[in-house]
Amino acid sequence: MAEAGSQSGRRERARGLGWRALEAFANRREASILVVAIGLIVYFSLRSSAFYSSPTIKNIAEYVGPIALIACGEVMLLICGEIDLSVGRVFALTPIIMYLTTAPEPDGLGLPIWLGVIFGLLAAAAVGLANGLITTYLGVPSFITTLGMLFFLNGINLRALHGFQVETPGGHTFREIFGGYPLWFNSEFWWALFAVVVLQIVLVRTRWGLHTVATGGNPIGARESGVNVRWIKIGNFVLCSVLGGFAGILDSTRITSILPLQGGTDIMFLAVAAAVIGGTSLMGGSGTIIGGFLGVVVLAVLNIGFTILGVSAFNFDLIIGIAILGAMILNVQIQRLKNLGQIGRGGR
Amino acid sequence: MSDSGNGREADDVIRVEHISKRFGAVRALEDVSLHLRRGEVLGLIGDNGAGKSTLVKIICGFQKPDSGTIFVNGEEVVLRSVAQARSLGIDTVYQDLALVPGMSVYHNMFLKRELLGKLGGVELPVLNNGEMRKRARKYLDEMGVRIPDVDAEVAQLSGGQRQSIAVARSVYSDAKVILLDEPLAAMGVKEGALILDLIRKLRDQGEVSMILILHNYAHVFEVCDRVNLLQHGEITLDKPTNETSVAELTELVVREYRQAASG
Repeated sequence: MAEAGSQSGRRERARGLGWRALEAFANRREASILVVAIGLIVYFSLRSSAFYSSPTIKNIAEYVGPIALIACGEVMLLICGEIDLSVGRVFALTPIIMYLTTAPEPDGLGLPIWLGVIFGLLAAAAVGLANGLITTYLGVPSFITTLGMLFFLNGINLRALHGFQVETPGGHTFREIFGGYPLWFNSEFWWALFAVVVLQIVLVRTRWGLHTVATGGNPIGARESGVNVRWIKIGNFVLCSVLGGFAGILDSTRITSILPLQGGTDIMFLAVAAAVIGGTSLMGGSGTIIGGFLGVVVLAVLNIGFTILGVSAFNFDLIIGIAILGAMILNVQIQRLKNLGQIGRGGR
Repeated sequence: MSDSGNGREADDVIRVEHISKRFGAVRALEDVSLHLRRGEVLGLIGDNGAGKSTLVKIICGFQKPDSGTIFVNGEEVVLRSVAQARSLGIDTVYQDLALVPGMSVYHNMFLKRELLGKLGGVELPVLNNGEMRKRARKYLDEMGVRIPDVDAEVAQLSGGQRQSIAVARSVYSDAKVILLDEPLAAMGVKEGALILDLIRKLRDQGEVSMILILHNYAHVFEVCDRVNLLQHGEITLDKPTNETSVAELTELVVREYRQAASG
C-alpha cells in the first residue's frame, strides 16, 4: 500500500499543476457551475450599473426561490434514476387545495389556514405517492407516468377553479412567514436555501442519500446488496412533489393570487435544466443539490441580466439551450475521461 | 453418491440433500447432494446448463428447490430469501458484483451496512464516513488487496480490483460461507492471479468457507480443496483435488459429449 501511495505521489508531481487543477475540476462538479455563475454576475455588473442594485438582487432571489425548491426534488429523483414532469402542476394544485379548504363557505370549507397548508401538502404527497407506485409497481417509466399526471392534474386544477384565479387566503402572520421579506431576500428564497442545505446533507451524509445514489447508479446491484430500491424511488417522488407543492404555496402567497395555470411545464423544465446544468446526470447515479441550486442561480442571473440589458427574451431560451447541451456534453466527456483513468482519482 | 465426507457431517457448514429443481419441462437439478466443510474451498464445475447456477441460487436463498433439504451448521433450514440466507452467514458475490460504479470504494464496501455517527452512545442518522474510510482501508490491506485510494470511484478500477472489493465486502460483513459465481470470468491473467491469491489467503486464514463456480479446470487445482462436477443436473464426481486431475475431469466431460453424440 505504501508503495502504491508513493507511486501515485510520483505520478501527481509529474503531471504538474494544470493536471491537478483539472482533476479538482472533475472531482467537484459544483466547481465548474460556480465559476460560470460568478463569471455571469461579473459580466452583467460590468455591462450595467443597474445589475448590482438591490431591486435586481431582489428579483434574482424571487426568481430563484420556487425553481430551486423544485430543483432540489428533481435532483434527488434524477439521481435515483427517475424524473417528475408533473411537479409544475402540483405547484398549482397545492395552493388550490389550500384555497378550497380554507376559503369561507360556500367557496371553500372555511378551515384555518394552517390546516389548509397541511391538506395542500398532503395532496402533493399523494400525487408523489401515485407517481412512485405507478412507476415502481406497475413498471411504467416515470417519464410517461408523470407526463400523464401532468395533463391529469392540469384538468383537475382548471376544473377546481373553473379556469379563474382567486385571491390567496391567509392572515398577516401567514403572509409574513410564507410570503414576506424577513431579511435581504423574500422568505421563499430563505425557504429554498434551507431546503438546499438540508437536502445536500441528506444526500451526502445519510443512508437515504447513499441509497439514492446506489439506486440510480446500479439498480440491480443495489437490490442485491439489500437496498429497498422501490422505497427509495417512491420516497423521492413524494419528496419532489411536496417540495413543488410547498413552492406553490409560497409563490401564491408572494403574488397574493392563485392561478390554475401557475407554474406548469415552464417551471418544471427550468428546474430540470438547472439540475442538469449543475452536474446532475439524467442517467442517474450522480448529482448534487448545491450544483442544482447554482444552476438555478445561473438561469436567474441570465434571465434578469438580459432583461436589464434590454436583450430580447428569445435570447434567454437560446442561451439556456446552449447551456444545457454544453453542460451535458461536458459531463459526459469528463465522465468518459475519468473512466479511462486519465483524470480524476484513479485506482491504478 | 458422495464418496467423501461420510462421518464428518459435524464439520459441514452447508449440507444440501436430495435437491431437485425443475423449470417447466427442464430438469435443472436431480437429487443433488452436496456438502461444504468448515474452512473448505469447494470448486463447482460443469458445462453450461449443467445446473451450477441453479444450485448456487438455491443455497443463497434466491430460488426455492422443488424438493430436498438444506442444513446450515447442522440445522435444517428453509431458505425463503437472500436476506435470510445472509442473516445465516451465507453471502453471494454475483457475477455483476453488485457494485455501484459512481460510488466510492468505501461506500460500496459498506452499502446497506453503513456505520453511523454516535453522540454519547446514541446513534445519529448521519454517516460516519471517516470510520468507514478507515475500516475499508484496513480490511483491504489485511486482505492484501491493492487499492491505492478508497475514495476512488469503483468505475475507475480494474475488473480484478472490483472483484476483490466485492469479496472483501462479503468477508467483512461476517459471512461464514461465500458463494462466488465465476469470479475469474472475463479477467486477464494478472487480474485472475490477484483473485486466486485472495482466495488462497482467505483459505489459509480459515475463517470462511467458499463455493466457487469455475470454468477453467486449472484454476480448480490452484485454489480448491475439493471439486464437484455437475452434469445434467447430477453430481458425477466428488473428489479432493489431490486425488483427481485435469485429465480425469476433462475425460468425464468429453465422455458425456460422446455419449450424447452417439445416443
